[in-house]
Amino acid sequence: MLLIHCPWCGARDEAEFRYGGQAHVDRPPDPNAVDDREWGEYLFVRDNPRGRFSERWVHSAGCRRWFDVVRDTATNEMSAEVPSRSGRR
Amino acid sequence: MATPRRTPPEPPARLWRNPEPKSRYDVVIVGAGGHGLATAYYLARDHGIRDIAVLERGWLAGGGTVRNTMIIRSDYLLDESTALYDHALGLWEQLPDELEYDFSFSQCGVLNLAHTEQEVRDSRRRAFANQLNGVDTEWLGPEEVAEFCPVLDTSGESRYPVLGATLQRRAGTVEHDHVAWALARKCDEMGVDLVQNCEVTGFRTEGDRVTGVRTGRGPISAGRVGLAAAGRTSPLTDTLGVRLPLQSHPLQALASELLEPVHPCAVMSNHVHVYCSQAHRGELVLGGGIDSYNGYAQRGSVHLVERQLAAAVELFPMFARAHVLRTWAGTVDVTPDASPIIGPTPYGNLFVNCGWGAGGFKATPGAGRVFAHTIATGEPHPLNAPYGLERFTTGALIDEHGATGVAN
Repeated sequence: MLLIHCPWCGARDEAEFRYGGQAHVDRPPDPNAVDDREWGEYLFVRDNPRGRFSERWVHSAGCRRWFDVVRDTATNEMSAEVPSRSGRR
Repeated sequence: MATPRRTPPEPPARLWRNPEPKSRYDVVIVGAGGHGLATAYYLARDHGIRDIAVLERGWLAGGGTVRNTMIIRSDYLLDESTALYDHALGLWEQLPDELEYDFSFSQCGVLNLAHTEQEVRDSRRRAFANQLNGVDTEWLGPEEVAEFCPVLDTSGESRYPVLGATLQRRAGTVEHDHVAWALARKCDEMGVDLVQNCEVTGFRTEGDRVTGVRTGRGPISAGRVGLAAAGRTSPLTDTLGVRLPLQSHPLQALASELLEPVHPCAVMSNHVHVYCSQAHRGELVLGGGIDSYNGYAQRGSVHLVERQLAAAVELFPMFARAHVLRTWAGTVDVTPDASPIIGPTPYGNLFVNCGWGAGGFKATPGAGRVFAHTIATGEPHPLNAPYGLERFTTGALIDEHGATGVAN
């Protein structure tokens, strides 16, 4: 089980959190201005690196706030927990 | 009393050569799991292409092929899915004879439990849809479930009451490692080079074509390249700047010690996220859902194992005293619609077979056959035509979250 550092509550078990996938995925500011390929990419395609990955977690069984983490997907080493820039998606 | 000395038996003949890779092949397949081997097999058997290398970063069939829970079935909801998975099931029925290898294909039947009224409606809908597509799924009431699988708690007093189940009698289990060995032996006989410890790290390209692959053992030129690398597909396509709608997750499974044969079939429950069968040797084999986070570590979190065991014990009270002997994890590549991607890429002679999530093993021969067709002809087989990458632009998704069972 991962030990996740909530920026507000400190280190807690993974079971208290829910995963939010890749961080910093911005909705196209004007959906009508993008074509089907770009819109499909926004909806369906996320980075999937083996290595460092910026991702979102929510402390759903705690303070219920979102935050961003950089985790290495090969080793699960986590660093740089910061409050989520984009708030709740 | 002295035991008479006996000469130990001769080791069996090697099932495949261990060749050095050549500098060029007509077709290079990346990944020597079940799908890669089946693809090479059907390329050689049906399309007369014998100059093939299957490149494997580790050892043959060391990934998802031998980390799955061995269940074979085709009772998916949608037309596109039933067509593909039932094609695979038909091939499974022929393969032991064709490959001259008994890999213990046991058509013991797979039950898919319904615990709520909505699940009863959904399950019956799936059974009827299957019947319209010629798939042998039937709906069983609680008494029939109790008769078919007496070790299930069907009392109605349990935490997860069994309100009924779908049953596919042609479904069952096979010994997954033997499947890989059987395919490997036939591929080798037809002249396919199976090259282990040969990690593909990238591609060589010329315009919108790939001309070969870069490997830990030097560059290898290729006329066509097929990716069958499952959870490790994205790191490969990333080197080409091709972004695929895949997320790689850990998926765990576990086995008990050897027990007397008590469990006659495979049982799945979407509602409580567990599935359970008993292997021929006697282990109870259990699987559950994927870990939520992306990961390539081939290990998952223990609270998921705890959750799936808690559910299993509610369904099968008599298993409460069994011990977990080992747990393990693989890496599965999941797509947004829980259906695979099989088809061409923006690079004209590069093809992908990926995104099978937790459901790839059952499709092994079907996936291999349609992927071989795609690579050989450059066009998808009718069965995998709906499974191209373009569906994530057109929106023609094949949404199988309901019938993939539990994992995605």
